[in-house]
Amino acid sequence: MKDRLQEFPGPSRRSAADKPPSRGHSGFPRWLVIAAALLVASCRQAGIMDPQGPVGAAEWLLMINATEIMLVVVVPVILMTLWFAWWYRSSNARANHTPDWSYQGSMEFVVWSIPALVVILLGGVTWISAHQLDPKAPLDAQVKPLRVDVVSLDWKWLFIYPEQRVAAVNELVVPAGTPVAFRLTSATVMDSFFVPQLGSQIYTMPGMTTHLNLMADNPGDYPGLSSQFSGDGFSDMRFMVKAVSAADFDGWIAQVRNSGSALDDRGYADLAKPSSNVPPATYRSVDMKLFDRIVDQTELDAKAGAGD
Amino acid sequence: MFGRLTWDAIPFNEPIPLVTSAVLIIVIVGVLGIITKNGWWPYLWREWITSVDHKRIGGMYVLLGLIMLLRGFSDAIMMRSQQAIAVGDNAGYLPPDHYDQIFSAHGTIMIFFVAMPLVVGLMNFVVPLQLGVRDVAVPVLNSVSFWLTASGALLINASLMIGNFSRAGWMGYPPLSELAFSPDVGVDYYLWSLQISGLGTLLAGINMVTTILKLRAPGMIYFRMPVFCWTALAANMLIIAAFPILTATFVMLLLDRYVGMHFFTNTGGGNAMMYVNLFWAWGHPEVYILILPAFGVFSEVIATFSGKPLFGYRSMVLATLAICVLSFMVWLHHFFTMGAGADVNAFFGIMSMIIAVPTGVKVFNWLFTLFRGTVRFETPVLWSIGFMITFVIGGMTGVLLAVPPVDFVVHNSEFLVAHFHNVIIGGVVFGAMAGYNYWFPKAFGFTLDERLGKASFWCWLVGFYLAFMPLYVLGLMGMPRRLEHIADPSWQPLLLVAELGAIVIMAGIFLQIAQLYVSIRTREQRRDLTGDPWNGRTLEWATSSPPPPYNFAVMPQVTTIDAFWEMKQSGRTAAAPDYEPIEVPRNSATGFLTAFFAVITGFSAIWHIWWLVIIGLLAAAVTAMAFGWTDDREAEISAAELARMERARPSVGLSP
Repeated sequence: MKDRLQEFPGPSRRSAADKPPSRGHSGFPRWLVIAAALLVASCRQAGIMDPQGPVGAAEWLLMINATEIMLVVVVPVILMTLWFAWWYRSSNARANHTPDWSYQGSMEFVVWSIPALVVILLGGVTWISAHQLDPKAPLDAQVKPLRVDVVSLDWKWLFIYPEQRVAAVNELVVPAGTPVAFRLTSATVMDSFFVPQLGSQIYTMPGMTTHLNLMADNPGDYPGLSSQFSGDGFSDMRFMVKAVSAADFDGWIAQVRNSGSALDDRGYADLAKPSSNVPPATYRSVDMKLFDRIVDQTELDAKAGAGD
Repeated sequence: MFGRLTWDAIPFNEPIPLVTSAVLIIVIVGVLGIITKNGWWPYLWREWITSVDHKRIGGMYVLLGLIMLLRGFSDAIMMRSQQAIAVGDNAGYLPPDHYDQIFSAHGTIMIFFVAMPLVVGLMNFVVPLQLGVRDVAVPVLNSVSFWLTASGALLINASLMIGNFSRAGWMGYPPLSELAFSPDVGVDYYLWSLQISGLGTLLAGINMVTTILKLRAPGMIYFRMPVFCWTALAANMLIIAAFPILTATFVMLLLDRYVGMHFFTNTGGGNAMMYVNLFWAWGHPEVYILILPAFGVFSEVIATFSGKPLFGYRSMVLATLAICVLSFMVWLHHFFTMGAGADVNAFFGIMSMIIAVPTGVKVFNWLFTLFRGTVRFETPVLWSIGFMITFVIGGMTGVLLAVPPVDFVVHNSEFLVAHFHNVIIGGVVFGAMAGYNYWFPKAFGFTLDERLGKASFWCWLVGFYLAFMPLYVLGLMGMPRRLEHIADPSWQPLLLVAELGAIVIMAGIFLQIAQLYVSIRTREQRRDLTGDPWNGRTLEWATSSPPPPYNFAVMPQVTTIDAFWEMKQSGRTAAAPDYEPIEVPRNSATGFLTAFFAVITGFSAIWHIWWLVIIGLLAAAVTAMAFGWTDDREAEISAAELARMERARPSVGLSP
């Protein structure tokens, strides 16, 4: 065994040197090259790396900045770890060994100062950004925000447009360039409303209301999802945000008002039953108190027909 | 008669759990058969099952952790495979109902039955030896603690064969975990196995804190304790403070599920976010319960193998205690997306970052311990250096997650999954493996194979990066965690790389098993007769490998940090051995029996078999009381007997 190990490097080194470098099959196997190319291609700008609104853009920039601040310390630490471990290896006669050196006040000071300074800097960034990017804070825009009430159901999303008095399932049409002010709740377990390209996600929780403000800068389709596991149908709890021009939005509203059914108590009771992979649908009208009743957990069936 | 338990509980129509169960049963019966055939039962009963020796109990904890690692890892590779193939129209091989159980079991098992037993086991084995004492404060309680943890592990695995496990994730968030949404026994398996093992952990924590505060070798003042003992003290104080929160929270969820109360339900004024707050009030300290002892291991390993004292000992102690206190002030960062408001989010974000300061201090101190050292690249050092590099990356992504607006876009994503695996594998698992390779010779008297140990390390390291770096990217691409199938085909290449990483880690695990097997087969050539195979600095190396039941025949006199190093430098040994009689605790079946009845109680509570619950509880109470009335709990080793035993052992360390 030992002999073989000693012999082995000789011939293999020689044969590697003898081979002409241009010979294709001596390099990486082709499948490896293809796999690597696929991998690089798949890391394209997507999700939160490709923000399409002011919230997402600010958050992605914040993430990059915070990473860069920390890399200033992290990269030297990694390099020093490798360098110290290698240079001070026991077999290195050139290294200076001081086997009793275990304390030096100035070093201790530096050791506490570096992480403290980084954290003071990042702490300031955190305080400011947490306030600027508070999901509740209205966005700066000249246009009056569009209001949308969001309800997570098993396992689909209900979007209510209170000012337009229409509703949609698994499809959220919004005007580009107009802020959207969301109120959110859940009619079932917890979910989390998240459109990666637009920015902040927020929980939808039964019996509670959360608030979120987002905006799409340009028309386009932006996938949305639930990021909080909510049971068997969770993986399919996807929806599409369609940002359209203001004129197209008005057209869409008019079209919705003139088609489909109304979301009355019976319709809601049907909708609330667990189901997954529900195709997008719209409702020409909706009970204006529906969202509040879901938040208050007022028994919707009992109230049916009783009026308000 | 049998509550909810019927033949329907056996998964006859689900091939995967059925085959797994069958294989497991065959393996267990086979092992029991081999033990019976070779007549090993009396030995196992006497030397292990009823042993109250902290070294044996520590060894059993570590063994439990390693066995459960195989279970938790099987879950992991099943999830990775499902996500790698279930893309687009392909449904994969696991239905949601099964997949959801697998990721819930994976998290629960890895935290409670792998990471916890590994670190608790190392502390159990090492701390009394490092303190220079003969056992923990309450040896029988120690045995009870271990067997309760093992009971929890047994119950959670029973869910594989009888009934099913929780589908509500390892955190068991209500309302999903409430009866209305999880009517089957899965969540009950989760709750009862964690209640039983949690009780064991709490008792272990009390025992360990008492040991460190009350039993130390003469002269070992607090500021001469090895850093591992400091981290153990901090971790066990956290256990005492945090585990009761978890127990109380689970009691409330149990009351909701069993007697129709409304702590966390959607109706009746319940509030699920209360659970989420309470869970993380335990959960965040739990992270530090796991990582602090790992930090302790690295401190010992890096100092020993650099041939230098740990740099900045007092800074290290201060940093440990700072982390211990701060860990209770950051829990809200697990749910910034609850919508708590900017002031609250900013406060908890900044508090979370402040923890990075003492952690950073520790990294720098390890760095300066290596600096001008004489570094020997044995297996534990490789794990430590792998840790330092991996952990700073995990720490960096952790600080990123502490910035609330950043968390808003990566919360609950694969980025988060990558982050906590980065710190738990890169920190806790690497630490446990460093400790396992470092202290194994002390525990069993022979070293582990270096070549296989190093090969295993490289597989784990490379596998970790392959498995989890793609997940960071996938999180940035907008992939949430816990997907059973994937709609976006552009995520598949990275998921395939992650799958490859899991396979490389699997190779690492097989190499570890091979390392253990080969080392046992060749143990005669690798005997450690010196008691000090690594040129150690602390007192555990001052006694023989393995140590005698009483650890030290003569109590060591401590005058400095790195007590054993100082003794070796000054050539100080006990002059004329003046042996005194030693009281050693007798074996006790109390722990094993209590745990046996705890399993019966837990299992029958899960299946609503109330008469058996009462019998189980009564029997456990009677066992405890029977022990309470025993007077004859200790045996004396006379001075003459001790002298004879010491002469029979190889002369090491403190021996004359």
